[in-house]
Amino acid sequence: MSDGSDLTGLTIQEAGRLLRLGSVSAAELVTAHVARIERLDSHVKAFLRFTPELWEKQAEVADRRIRAGEAGPLTGIPIAVKDVLCVRGVETTAGSKILRGFKPPYTGTAVSRLFEAGAVMIGVTNCDEFAMGSSTENSGYFPTHNPWDLARVPGGSSGGSAAAVAAGEAMVALGTDTGGSIRQPAALCGVVGMKPTYGRVSRYGLIAFASSLDQIGPLARCVDDAAITLSLMAGHDPLDATSSERAGIEVLNNYDRGVKGMRLGVPREYFEVEGIEPGVKAAVDAALFILRREGAELVDVSLPHTDYGLAAYYIIAPAECSSNLARYDGVRYGMSEEDAPNVTEMYMETRRKGFGSEVRRRVMLGTYALSSGYYDAYYLKAQKVRTLIKRDFDLAFEKCDAIISATSPTVAFPIGSKTQDPLSMYLCDVLTLGGNLAGLPGISVPCGTSDGLPVGLQVLGPQWGENVVLRVARAYEQASGVKAEVAGVA
Amino acid sequence: MPLSKDVVRHVAMLARLGLEPGDEEFYAEQLSGILTHIDRLQKLDTESIPPTAQVVEVANPLREDVPRPGLSQEDALANAPAAADGFFRVPSIQEEA
Repeated sequence: MSDGSDLTGLTIQEAGRLLRLGSVSAAELVTAHVARIERLDSHVKAFLRFTPELWEKQAEVADRRIRAGEAGPLTGIPIAVKDVLCVRGVETTAGSKILRGFKPPYTGTAVSRLFEAGAVMIGVTNCDEFAMGSSTENSGYFPTHNPWDLARVPGGSSGGSAAAVAAGEAMVALGTDTGGSIRQPAALCGVVGMKPTYGRVSRYGLIAFASSLDQIGPLARCVDDAAITLSLMAGHDPLDATSSERAGIEVLNNYDRGVKGMRLGVPREYFEVEGIEPGVKAAVDAALFILRREGAELVDVSLPHTDYGLAAYYIIAPAECSSNLARYDGVRYGMSEEDAPNVTEMYMETRRKGFGSEVRRRVMLGTYALSSGYYDAYYLKAQKVRTLIKRDFDLAFEKCDAIISATSPTVAFPIGSKTQDPLSMYLCDVLTLGGNLAGLPGISVPCGTSDGLPVGLQVLGPQWGENVVLRVARAYEQASGVKAEVAGVA
Repeated sequence: MPLSKDVVRHVAMLARLGLEPGDEEFYAEQLSGILTHIDRLQKLDTESIPPTAQVVEVANPLREDVPRPGLSQEDALANAPAAADGFFRVPSIQEEA
């Protein structure tokens, strides 16, 4: 038996061992996390809603499975789910007022696979509205605070998921990554965050932001936890036509072998981006030193179109968003100005009141880029530049097995410091969005601190190279001894 | 090239997005700022470069054409702000003659 306080800092494998030994039950494990949430979450505000009706039933089922010797690695593990992933009967709002009260009639594939594996859902985590943002300040409800320093942002858009794992409120959490929305908050909160190859995880049941870029992935306390969780939700799903036929389990191939003999690409452009902090650079340099000591060869590579990535992204993502968000019209779900005199007024008023300022800005930008007379100059041009960016990566991966950089140019910044200048917020994703444009797998793993705040090391791999990415991240984690600590909540 | 308020109004109408007082100036300024950054794309010669719309290896996968259960009418209407007689209800679409 345990008093609970030491149950909230465990990894999945540590908790799994205790569960199988019978020294703790799934019910006790979830109770310990709920107790920690009750103590801390009024400060961190990682969660939007809790799901006691789910966790009670799921913990009971998990305990039965464990007693019967039928437990898998995720059985009885408390998880949190970002508010963009549909769970049947659980209010799911994409952080937006426009979807207030929406209870999905089905559960998305990634979540239902984790449920089948025996995970226990604690609640729904906060995020930037429709996953648009890098600080979780664009939530239609309230901002989330960084557990390392409550005056700072947790990053975004999966800021609630990152903060929940960092604060010991959930053992693992699901996020989504369209331009860096898993990796950047993982970096800022000192946890591991993994964006899979586009097509690796089914998007069925994910509230779409930019469909050619969105991917679902885990935020976790260590690389192994991220790997286990990803392997259980990956793999083909007939309900998502872009999901690959490749077996999900291949993400684990040889991922524990270490980096000896691997060639790691260091893209010079990524070390010279606008606004990169010296402390971040120093932490990444130290990580490169460790990887070389472990037997990796460091190779200079170039991603010459880096300076154009943000511009291409801020055409493509808003264009897709303006199309995806057309469905929020007050007819089928969510908010509605049904007293409007005619249907056009109803659409316009519903969307005026329901969308926050960043969503409105992106809908406007995307609509403009797609509008008659501008399509070639903006959208088509951006898609061509997307080809150039993808080619940069293809060429780089001819010279190396994986690419190493910082995840975010900065550590966590003060709440409110970037909200007035959208471009400064967009620049948070300058090192991550290339991976989305090219559809690559990427991970952020903690690599020390700068001014007492966590720094993330990003590893990008070739398409379908999740195992390569996990291998480098795990080798670094093991060699450095840097662990995702449970933040003290300061 | 700064956006005019006319263009902002036109785009808002295309997006069916109601504007608040002051929004025209606000979006004209903010979108112009972002578009100034985006204009750097024009420096690249992309004449011979094909566009990338998506990065997956699969193309137009088809499933067996067999019926399967979908949402029930009740489930489909459960979240509707307004429903009547098994339909979504909306304000009038055509003005009365």
